[in-house]
Amino acid sequence: MVARSADIDKVFKALADPGRRSLLDLLHGKNGRTLSELCAHMNMTRQSVTQHLQQLEDANLVAVVWHGREKLHYLNPVPLHEIYSRWIGKFEHSRLDALHNLKQRLEGNDDEKA
Amino acid sequence: MKKPDFVYVTYIATTPEKIWQALVDPALMRQYWLGAKAESPPHENISDWKPGSRWEHRRVDTGAVDMVGKVVEHTPPHRLTFTWARPNEFDDESKHSRVNFEIEPQGSGLVRLTVTHDGLEADPKMLAGISGGWPQVLSHLKTFLETGRALPRG
Repeated sequence: MVARSADIDKVFKALADPGRRSLLDLLHGKNGRTLSELCAHMNMTRQSVTQHLQQLEDANLVAVVWHGREKLHYLNPVPLHEIYSRWIGKFEHSRLDALHNLKQRLEGNDDEKA
Repeated sequence: MKKPDFVYVTYIATTPEKIWQALVDPALMRQYWLGAKAESPPHENISDWKPGSRWEHRRVDTGAVDMVGKVVEHTPPHRLTFTWARPNEFDDESKHSRVNFEIEPQGSGLVRLTVTHDGLEADPKMLAGISGGWPQVLSHLKTFLETGRALPRG
Protein backbone atom coordinates (compact mmCIF):
# COMPACT_ATOMS: atom_id res chain seq x y z
CA MET A 1 0.00 0.00 0.00
CA VAL A 2 1.58 3.24 -1.11
CA ALA A 3 -0.59 6.09 0.14
CA ARG A 4 -1.25 5.87 3.85
CA SER A 5 -4.82 5.09 4.78
CA ALA A 6 -5.15 8.29 6.79
CA ASP A 7 -4.01 10.34 3.79
CA ILE A 8 -6.59 8.72 1.52
CA ASP A 9 -9.27 9.40 4.16
CA LYS A 10 -8.31 13.07 4.11
CA VAL A 11 -8.72 13.26 0.35
CA PHE A 12 -12.17 11.65 0.34
CA LYS A 13 -13.34 13.73 3.28
CA ALA A 14 -12.12 16.88 1.58
CA LEU A 15 -13.97 15.93 -1.60
CA ALA A 16 -17.19 15.05 0.26
CA ASP A 17 -18.34 18.67 0.47
CA PRO A 18 -19.91 20.58 -2.47
CA GLY A 19 -18.38 23.87 -1.36
CA ARG A 20 -14.90 22.38 -1.39
CA ARG A 21 -15.56 20.77 -4.78
CA SER A 22 -16.62 24.21 -6.08
CA LEU A 23 -13.32 25.62 -4.92
CA LEU A 24 -11.47 22.88 -6.80
CA ASP A 25 -13.59 23.61 -9.89
CA LEU A 26 -12.68 27.30 -9.63
CA LEU A 27 -8.98 26.48 -9.45
CA HIS A 28 -9.31 23.99 -12.30
CA GLY A 29 -10.87 26.77 -14.36
CA LYS A 30 -8.17 29.25 -13.43
CA ASN A 31 -5.20 28.14 -11.33
CA GLY A 32 -3.10 30.24 -8.99
CA ARG A 33 -5.84 32.30 -7.30
CA THR A 34 -5.79 34.43 -4.16
CA LEU A 35 -8.24 33.97 -1.29
CA SER A 36 -10.04 37.18 -2.29
CA GLU A 37 -10.48 36.00 -5.88
CA LEU A 38 -11.93 32.71 -4.68
CA CYS A 39 -14.26 34.42 -2.17
CA ALA A 40 -15.63 36.61 -4.96
CA HIS A 41 -16.92 33.48 -6.70
CA MET A 42 -18.26 31.70 -3.65
CA ASN A 43 -21.50 32.28 -1.81
CA MET A 44 -20.08 31.92 1.69
CA THR A 45 -18.18 33.94 4.28
CA ARG A 46 -14.46 34.57 3.90
CA GLN A 47 -13.91 32.56 7.05
CA SER A 48 -15.74 29.55 5.60
CA VAL A 49 -13.69 29.72 2.43
CA THR A 50 -10.51 29.91 4.53
CA GLN A 51 -11.53 26.83 6.51
CA HIS A 52 -12.41 24.88 3.37
CA LEU A 53 -9.10 25.81 1.74
CA GLN A 54 -7.26 24.70 4.85
CA GLN A 55 -8.91 21.30 4.70
CA LEU A 56 -8.10 21.00 1.00
CA GLU A 57 -4.51 21.94 1.76
CA ASP A 58 -4.29 19.33 4.57
CA ALA A 59 -5.45 16.74 2.03
CA ASN A 60 -2.79 18.00 -0.39
CA LEU A 61 -5.45 18.80 -2.98
CA VAL A 62 -4.50 22.45 -2.88
CA ALA A 63 -0.91 23.75 -2.83
CA VAL A 64 -0.03 27.26 -1.75
CA VAL A 65 2.70 29.37 -3.33
CA TRP A 66 3.84 32.80 -2.26
CA HIS A 67 4.27 35.14 -5.20
CA GLY A 68 5.65 38.39 -3.79
CA ARG A 69 3.14 39.37 -1.12
CA GLU A 70 0.33 37.34 -2.58
CA LYS A 71 -0.62 33.86 -1.42
CA LEU A 72 -1.72 31.86 -4.46
CA HIS A 73 -3.74 28.65 -4.32
CA TYR A 74 -3.17 25.90 -6.86
CA LEU A 75 -5.09 22.74 -7.59
CA ASN A 76 -2.78 19.80 -6.93
CA PRO A 77 -4.06 16.79 -8.88
CA VAL A 78 -1.39 14.35 -7.69
CA PRO A 79 -3.45 12.73 -4.86
CA LEU A 80 -6.36 12.33 -7.28
CA HIS A 81 -4.03 10.64 -9.70
CA GLU A 82 -2.84 8.26 -7.00
CA ILE A 83 -6.43 7.25 -6.29
CA TYR A 84 -7.09 6.89 -10.00
CA SER A 85 -4.05 4.62 -10.45
CA ARG A 86 -5.04 2.50 -7.51
CA TRP A 87 -8.58 1.67 -8.61
CA ILE A 88 -8.76 2.41 -12.29
CA GLY A 89 -5.21 2.27 -13.61
CA LYS A 90 -5.18 -1.43 -14.39
CA PHE A 91 -8.36 -1.37 -16.47
CA GLU A 92 -8.20 -0.74 -20.17
CA HIS A 93 -7.89 2.99 -20.67
CA SER A 94 -9.10 2.96 -24.24
CA ARG A 95 -12.37 1.20 -23.38
CA LEU A 96 -13.01 3.59 -20.52
CA ASP A 97 -12.27 6.58 -22.72
CA ALA A 98 -14.68 5.28 -25.36
CA LEU A 99 -17.39 4.79 -22.73
CA HIS A 100 -16.80 8.26 -21.35
CA ASN A 101 -16.94 9.79 -24.83
CA LEU A 102 -20.18 7.95 -25.55
CA LYS A 103 -21.70 9.26 -22.33
CA GLN A 104 -20.61 12.79 -23.20
CA ARG A 105 -22.12 12.51 -26.65
CA LEU A 106 -25.41 11.09 -25.41
CA GLU A 107 -25.66 13.82 -22.80
CA GLY A 108 -25.11 16.44 -25.49
CA ASN A 109 -21.64 17.38 -24.28
CA ASP A 110 -19.74 16.39 -27.38
CA ASP A 111 -18.28 19.88 -27.73
CA GLU A 112 -16.34 19.29 -24.50
CA LYS A 113 -12.67 18.59 -25.11
CA ALA A 114 -11.17 15.59 -23.34
CA MET B 1 9.61 35.48 -11.17
CA LYS B 2 6.40 34.82 -13.00
CA LYS B 3 3.44 33.25 -11.29
CA PRO B 4 3.71 29.47 -11.80
CA ASP B 5 1.29 27.83 -14.22
CA PHE B 6 1.32 24.56 -12.34
CA VAL B 7 2.21 23.51 -8.85
CA TYR B 8 2.31 19.81 -8.02
CA VAL B 9 3.09 18.49 -4.58
CA THR B 10 3.67 14.97 -3.39
CA TYR B 11 4.84 13.63 -0.07
CA ILE B 12 7.18 10.65 -0.30
CA ALA B 13 8.40 8.35 2.47
CA THR B 14 12.08 8.45 1.51
CA THR B 15 15.15 10.68 1.87
CA PRO B 16 16.00 13.90 -0.01
CA GLU B 17 19.09 12.17 -1.40
CA LYS B 18 17.03 9.31 -2.88
CA ILE B 19 14.63 11.73 -4.55
CA TRP B 20 17.57 13.68 -5.92
CA GLN B 21 19.11 10.52 -7.37
CA ALA B 22 15.82 9.60 -9.00
CA LEU B 23 15.69 13.03 -10.64
CA VAL B 24 19.18 12.98 -12.15
CA ASP B 25 20.01 9.31 -12.78
CA PRO B 26 18.67 7.93 -16.10
CA ALA B 27 18.83 4.33 -14.86
CA LEU B 28 16.33 5.17 -12.12
CA MET B 29 14.29 7.58 -14.22
CA ARG B 30 13.42 5.07 -16.92
CA GLN B 31 11.72 2.96 -14.24
CA TYR B 32 9.19 5.62 -13.26
CA TRP B 33 9.06 8.27 -15.98
CA LEU B 34 6.38 6.51 -17.95
CA GLY B 35 2.65 6.23 -18.26
CA ALA B 36 0.38 3.22 -18.18
CA LYS B 37 -0.60 3.79 -21.79
CA ALA B 38 1.52 2.77 -24.78
CA GLU B 39 1.75 6.41 -25.89
CA SER B 40 3.74 7.21 -22.76
CA PRO B 41 6.77 4.92 -22.98
CA PRO B 42 9.68 5.24 -20.56
CA HIS B 43 11.75 8.41 -20.82
CA GLU B 44 14.98 9.56 -19.24
CA ASN B 45 16.62 12.95 -18.71
CA ILE B 46 20.20 13.13 -19.91
CA SER B 47 22.50 15.91 -18.78
CA ASP B 48 25.71 16.55 -16.85
CA TRP B 49 23.47 18.87 -14.77
CA LYS B 50 25.96 21.74 -14.71
CA PRO B 51 24.19 25.13 -14.81
CA GLY B 52 24.10 26.25 -18.44
CA SER B 53 24.38 22.70 -19.78
CA ARG B 54 21.88 21.18 -22.13
CA TRP B 55 19.50 18.49 -20.98
CA GLU B 56 17.48 16.13 -23.12
CA HIS B 57 14.29 14.19 -22.44
CA ARG B 58 14.75 11.01 -24.43
CA ARG B 59 12.64 7.96 -25.15
CA VAL B 60 14.46 4.96 -23.76
CA ASP B 61 13.58 2.54 -26.57
CA THR B 62 14.33 4.71 -29.61
CA GLY B 63 16.63 7.40 -28.20
CA ALA B 64 14.34 10.01 -29.78
CA VAL B 65 14.68 13.38 -28.07
CA ASP B 66 11.21 14.64 -27.20
CA MET B 67 12.12 17.71 -25.16
CA VAL B 68 15.25 19.76 -24.53
CA GLY B 69 16.36 22.59 -22.30
CA LYS B 70 19.10 24.17 -20.23
CA VAL B 71 20.03 23.51 -16.63
CA VAL B 72 19.45 26.64 -14.54
CA GLU B 73 20.16 25.51 -11.01
CA HIS B 74 21.62 22.36 -9.50
CA THR B 75 21.70 22.36 -5.69
CA PRO B 76 21.62 18.78 -4.42
CA PRO B 77 19.55 17.55 -2.71
CA HIS B 78 17.33 20.65 -2.49
CA ARG B 79 16.59 22.31 -5.81
CA LEU B 80 16.87 21.40 -9.47
CA THR B 81 15.76 23.86 -12.13
CA PHE B 82 15.89 23.54 -15.88
CA THR B 83 14.15 25.01 -18.90
CA TRP B 84 11.86 22.99 -21.14
CA ALA B 85 11.35 23.39 -24.90
CA ARG B 86 10.68 21.47 -28.08
CA PRO B 87 13.92 20.40 -29.79
CA ASN B 88 13.38 22.73 -32.76
CA GLU B 89 12.79 25.66 -30.42
CA PHE B 90 15.93 25.22 -28.31
CA ASP B 91 17.66 28.24 -29.81
CA ASP B 92 14.74 30.55 -29.06
CA GLU B 93 14.89 31.19 -25.31
CA SER B 94 11.52 32.91 -25.36
CA LYS B 95 9.97 29.54 -26.18
CA HIS B 96 11.45 27.86 -23.12
CA SER B 97 9.30 27.25 -20.06
CA ARG B 98 10.81 26.45 -16.71
CA VAL B 99 10.58 23.47 -14.36
CA ASN B 100 11.62 23.66 -10.74
CA PHE B 101 11.92 20.72 -8.31
CA GLU B 102 11.99 21.63 -4.63
CA ILE B 103 12.88 18.88 -2.11
CA GLU B 104 11.99 19.62 1.52
CA PRO B 105 12.23 17.18 4.46
CA GLN B 106 9.09 17.21 6.59
CA GLY B 107 10.18 15.05 9.51
CA SER B 108 8.73 11.60 10.32
CA GLY B 109 10.54 10.15 7.32
CA LEU B 110 8.54 12.19 4.82
CA VAL B 111 9.88 14.50 2.14
CA ARG B 112 7.81 17.00 0.22
CA LEU B 113 8.56 17.26 -3.49
CA THR B 114 7.12 20.37 -5.15
CA VAL B 115 7.27 20.72 -8.91
CA THR B 116 6.41 24.08 -10.42
CA HIS B 117 6.26 24.77 -14.11
CA ASP B 118 6.00 28.30 -15.43
CA GLY B 119 6.31 30.18 -18.69
CA LEU B 120 3.62 28.13 -20.40
CA GLU B 121 1.01 30.84 -21.00
CA ALA B 122 1.99 31.33 -24.64
CA ASP B 123 1.84 27.64 -25.45
CA PRO B 124 -1.57 26.08 -24.77
CA LYS B 125 -0.67 22.78 -26.44
CA MET B 126 2.34 22.31 -24.23
CA LEU B 127 0.24 23.35 -21.26
CA ALA B 128 -2.32 20.67 -22.04
CA GLY B 129 0.33 18.00 -22.58
CA ILE B 130 2.07 18.82 -19.34
CA SER B 131 -1.04 18.82 -17.20
CA GLY B 132 -1.54 15.16 -18.01
CA GLY B 133 2.09 14.19 -17.69
CA TRP B 134 3.34 15.60 -14.41
CA PRO B 135 0.75 14.18 -12.00
CA GLN B 136 1.32 10.75 -13.48
CA VAL B 137 5.11 10.95 -13.37
CA LEU B 138 5.11 12.21 -9.77
CA SER B 139 2.68 9.57 -8.68
CA HIS B 140 4.88 6.90 -10.27
CA LEU B 141 8.00 8.42 -8.71
CA LYS B 142 6.38 8.20 -5.29
CA THR B 143 5.33 4.59 -5.82
CA PHE B 144 8.76 3.71 -7.18
CA LEU B 145 10.65 5.22 -4.22
CA GLU B 146 8.27 3.71 -1.67
CA THR B 147 7.89 0.23 -3.13
CA GLY B 148 10.69 -0.26 -5.67
CA ARG B 149 8.25 -0.49 -8.57
CA ALA B 150 6.39 2.30 -10.38
CA LEU B 151 3.40 0.47 -11.73
CA PRO B 152 1.32 -2.09 -9.83
CA ARG B 153 1.43 -5.60 -11.21
CA GLY B 154 -1.53 -7.02 -13.13
